[in-house]
Amino acid sequence: MPAPTFSAQVLQTLAGALLLISFAMLAERRSRHLVTLLIWQGAVLVTSTLLVAATAHLPHLFFSAVLTLVLKVGVLPWILLRLMRRLGIERDNEPLVNVPTLMLVGLGLVIFAFGLAQPVTALATTVIRQTLGIALAVILLALLMILARRKAFTQVIGFLALENGLFFAATTTTYGMPMVVELGIALDVLVGVFIFGVFFFHIREQFDSLDLHHLESLKED
Amino acid sequence: MEIALVVGFPLVGAALLALTGAQRRAPELNVAISLATLLAVAALVVRVIRGGPISAFDEQFFIDPFNVFLVALTALVGFTTAVFSRPYMRIEAAHGRLTERRLRLYHSMYQLFMAAMLVALTTNNLGFLWVAMEAATLSTVLLVSLYRTRASIEAAWKYFILCGVGIALALFGTILLYVAAEGQLGGNGMSALLWTHLDAAKGQLEPTVIGLAFVFLLVGYGTKVGLAPLHNWLPDAHAEGPTPVSAVLSGLLLNVALYAVLRCKIIADGALHSDLPGRMLMGFGLLSVVWATFFLWRQRDIKRLFAYSSIEHMGIMTFAFGMGGPVASFAGLLHMTVHSLTKSAIFFAAGHAAQTAGTQRMDGIRGLLATHPSVGWGLMLGTLAILGMPPFGVFTSEYLVLTTAMRDHPWATPILLVSLAVAFAAIFGRVQPMVFGETQAPALPHPPSLLPVFVHLGLVLALGISIPAALSEWYRLAAHLFVR
Repeated sequence: MPAPTFSAQVLQTLAGALLLISFAMLAERRSRHLVTLLIWQGAVLVTSTLLVAATAHLPHLFFSAVLTLVLKVGVLPWILLRLMRRLGIERDNEPLVNVPTLMLVGLGLVIFAFGLAQPVTALATTVIRQTLGIALAVILLALLMILARRKAFTQVIGFLALENGLFFAATTTTYGMPMVVELGIALDVLVGVFIFGVFFFHIREQFDSLDLHHLESLKED
Repeated sequence: MEIALVVGFPLVGAALLALTGAQRRAPELNVAISLATLLAVAALVVRVIRGGPISAFDEQFFIDPFNVFLVALTALVGFTTAVFSRPYMRIEAAHGRLTERRLRLYHSMYQLFMAAMLVALTTNNLGFLWVAMEAATLSTVLLVSLYRTRASIEAAWKYFILCGVGIALALFGTILLYVAAEGQLGGNGMSALLWTHLDAAKGQLEPTVIGLAFVFLLVGYGTKVGLAPLHNWLPDAHAEGPTPVSAVLSGLLLNVALYAVLRCKIIADGALHSDLPGRMLMGFGLLSVVWATFFLWRQRDIKRLFAYSSIEHMGIMTFAFGMGGPVASFAGLLHMTVHSLTKSAIFFAAGHAAQTAGTQRMDGIRGLLATHPSVGWGLMLGTLAILGMPPFGVFTSEYLVLTTAMRDHPWATPILLVSLAVAFAAIFGRVQPMVFGETQAPALPHPPSLLPVFVHLGLVLALGISIPAALSEWYRLAAHLFVR
């Protein structure tokens, strides 16, 4: 295997940063800080997309990077912060049980993700594809976060982190999906966040809290 | 051209209803838009019968024997559900469960949902397929929580999170598929996402990547099919949303999701050179059948009961497609059609039954034949049809599935037979006292519209007796796609 180029090394460092942020999210209690971490994740995505666009000379990836910058660093965090203010949950702390266990499960997921991506990365024609394992790990960690958290707001953050992992997988392994498809996905995510926002108010109106412990009446009986 | 109309009518309709929907005539407008869509689909079908498969818009959209009948079915059930929802939602408004603004949201989202499903069915681009499936989820989330009760918001949240996560996994699968295909079909162009191109080149795709992609696609879209153990959202969403929404979720959305899984399976089959995808479908299908059957016993809510029955039937279809081969695939396609028609008819009748009794709890619903004989008969005949009584079409398809299973996978036959018998006892035992028996419930404020119920059941009966030549030809050609 030839020695990786400088840009590939930078890309792998960025991938590592993405994974690190995912772990930080898993252990973060404050909703406000979670949004900050989400912005960081978006920034890393923008940088990595720009890097791939520059090294592979793909103009459509520049568009994609701009779109990410606007959506993930600008609009979505702005909506989330606004929602937090309107709902008055800026200072909310979420009690987290068993952070060490959560971390261990997370580590297990990362190993699992690398194992799963191994056959694909083994075939890699570009160095770029080797980041697939990390992208999958980010996705699985976000899933773990959605499962482990009991607050509606945090679950949505997990959902967006999941989407970030998907986006990273798409840009680094395939130089991005075709532009039209990417636009469609971005639109779906944006509409999704709007609906989530509407939902927060409905949930609070009905249950007086965004704690999902209340949403457990529909059980099999 | 026809495809543009098919997708365009509901899209324009959604915008129109969102702008003007608060007026009194919105239900009629909704019916008219659905009728326009149905007529456009009819024109499309005529063209396909005359001239064979077509593709449009630079190959981004296409109609082949596999999706043509699903498009027709979707437009038909969409229209009859609109007809049913006209008096149903008026009664709900009269009972004070809905306001004008919510009705506007309902009508607009209903058309948007239809548009999303029609795009998902007609698109050739797997990326658009994903976008359309996500749009279908988003538009129905607000429909499930339409009543804004605690239970309905909980159901909608569960639906949103579970299906959102599921569909995210499907996106990862789509990305992997693209990774595998861009080497063969060229990156950066659309070609590597077009199903027809993938299908043509499936023999040369990298098996390990496609295998991994298929697992993600199956789990992702399978969540929306309601395959056990990923089915948790389904009974809640069906029970807590308005009945017309339950009818289109069960009758149409599950089919569309299964369609997405099957398109992916055809490619995976060709690339993998093994029957792994088939075995996975069989496993998920059988598990869903057994799981749903045993949960049927524990249901007290009429809509939950039939939601579990939907999981069971999606399991039967998934199992049939998993077995593969021309006969089983034919049976699976037929079962998609008859289940969709029957289950939506049952939800129509069950919705009016619940309105009459003022509750969805089955022990509160009694003596439907005395208050509204047409509702009682509709529910009874629909139940008999879904339980696989001859001469209804469900019998034909289940018979074909069972005989194929007996020949190819004898071990599965007793499991299927026992499940069907248990489901029969569970459902029939509960429906019988609801239809017969004594009641003092007052009649409904608006006469219920039972015409759709009997049209659907009539079609299922006709399909049970003989299948039209064009339809069986499509089934045969589509089943041929599943033969490697």
